[in-house]
Amino acid sequence: MSVDTLSQKGLAVRIDANGFHHRELNRLIREAVAEGAQRIDLHGVCGQRYIATNLRSGAEIHIHGTPGNDLGAFLDGSRLIVYGNAQDGCGNTMNEGEIIVHGHAGDIAGLSARGGRIFIREDVGYRAGIHMKEYEGKGPALVIGGTAQDFLGEYMAGGTMVVLGLTLNGGNCHTASFVGTGMHGGVIYLRGQINDYQLGKEVGVSQPNRKDRAILRELVTQFAGHFGFDAEEILAGRFVKLFPLYLRPYGRLYTY
Amino acid sequence: MDHWKRINNPYDDDKVIDACGLFGMMDTSGGRFSGVDAIAAISNMHERGNGLGGGFAVYGLYPQYAEHYAFHVMYLDEAARREAEALLQDGFRVALAEPVPTRKTRGVQDPPLVWRYFLQMRTQDGQKLSHDDYVLQKVMQINTGVRDAFVFSSGKNMAVFKGVGYPEDIANYFRLEEYQGYLWTAHSRFPTNTPGWWGGAHPFNVLDWTVVHNGEISSYGINRRYLEMFGYHCTMQTDTEVIAYAVDLLMRRHKLPIEIVADVLAAPLWSQIEREDEERIAFHTTLRQVYGSLLLNGPFSVVIAHQGEMIGLTDRIRLRPLTAAVKGNLLFLSSEESAIRLVSPQLDRAWSPMGGEPIVGSLDRPLGKREPVAAALAAT
Repeated sequence: MSVDTLSQKGLAVRIDANGFHHRELNRLIREAVAEGAQRIDLHGVCGQRYIATNLRSGAEIHIHGTPGNDLGAFLDGSRLIVYGNAQDGCGNTMNEGEIIVHGHAGDIAGLSARGGRIFIREDVGYRAGIHMKEYEGKGPALVIGGTAQDFLGEYMAGGTMVVLGLTLNGGNCHTASFVGTGMHGGVIYLRGQINDYQLGKEVGVSQPNRKDRAILRELVTQFAGHFGFDAEEILAGRFVKLFPLYLRPYGRLYTY
Repeated sequence: MDHWKRINNPYDDDKVIDACGLFGMMDTSGGRFSGVDAIAAISNMHERGNGLGGGFAVYGLYPQYAEHYAFHVMYLDEAARREAEALLQDGFRVALAEPVPTRKTRGVQDPPLVWRYFLQMRTQDGQKLSHDDYVLQKVMQINTGVRDAFVFSSGKNMAVFKGVGYPEDIANYFRLEEYQGYLWTAHSRFPTNTPGWWGGAHPFNVLDWTVVHNGEISSYGINRRYLEMFGYHCTMQTDTEVIAYAVDLLMRRHKLPIEIVADVLAAPLWSQIEREDEERIAFHTTLRQVYGSLLLNGPFSVVIAHQGEMIGLTDRIRLRPLTAAVKGNLLFLSSEESAIRLVSPQLDRAWSPMGGEPIVGSLDRPLGKREPVAAALAAT
């Protein structure tokens, strides 16, 4: 355990996370937020789980290092900015707020998210956006700058996912298989090539219409702003829209 | 093995659900280093284990006895030791027999006796068998025939250290910071469905093969019965044991390269095979017919090691995590990237391999600073 180096200067707080267990780290974050901190810088983060879990605040939390699994789980309105890579379960069941990752993310990014926005600059692992959901006007958005591994959008029930393919070389065909398996809500916009056999049986493909284009423009512009890309250049690429063919794909599976 | 429950799970908490932690670190140029980094890395994933098992495998460990088979054996009592040692004396020339040095450690309760032996074949021993097969036979003879004695490490110039406790406690108990090796693997256990006892801690070993595993092998029964036909008998009460025997059978005895072994253990799905050319379809169909009983069903990520090589592999739909990273000559494999960053903050490359794709580090193909992706290429 390192010494608590919490030092407060006005509304900005710096925490040296080195050696802290996640419980302690989250306690320090909560205390800083309660005292009105607008910006919290976490340094030396190395694998602490559940950072900023269930946090409701207007604060920006800048994370230097490698945060552990379930970063921002149940996040309820803060902005988390990671200068590095995120591990598995980033934005687990997130409700409000924003997570911005200047790197890649592990498996199940955005799982079961019900609101808020997640921007990943590079690639994501398996099952990104699994079972994201939405209700009436509320839904999450997950924007992936690179590409994804298999089971992207598995059992997706709502929300918006954008995959930009910026890390793909040459032929720019995505390699993920079983994309949208079990998908029954929400939408995936994918920039670049994908073959039909890479898609789950429950997925339809179409061209983005004008309404889709407006959504894409908003999300890509935000993405480009976070990471210093040219939004127009990205938007000029070829997008396909993946959508669920059925609202209850397994409705008859266990009945006669 | 009747008495294994005596030093079993001190928390009486056998059935809990979470994830184990894996870590592997190899200097592909063969440079030896102490256990300090591997211990720090695995303990950074403390959350993944629950103190019911920790362990390490170290290669390049006993250069002064490089040509001897190094046996690490746990005994639940002195009688078991006397009985097993009689068999060892009978079957080998014993160059050295001594207790494995330990220190008193909080968190390590009721340890068994752990001894090590450096063994050589006498000319008349096992003339009909290869040395390795002779040793394998002796290991199985002790593990199945001597009550309360378990050979849990039996390779050359390597060894396994393991027990019930968090890995950092086990490392402290066995004084692992005092040892050096060019390849370390480490495991933090969170037992699922099988008991947390000393023999059930990872790594699992036979000869110089070791496996650390996160997941559950639901095909354990069929794998175990298949391996019994080849003289492997499972005695450690845990699913992972079959993987150690499977790689010994496939890689040492059947001489298959890791790429084919990966296609056996984590076979591609039929829907993927269908899209291949005729020759590949025929090849994969044949593999399934011959080795279908060694297909590992269920979620797994593993780090497999043997002399000069470290291999990372996950199940074909990657239901358990694995991160690989390269820094200069070093290859890292870990359940979590943060554990790697802890010991090597700057990496040439860090990535998540695809399910079923083996990541290989080998002394035969040292990684260089100029070829940071050589490990990934070696795997394709």
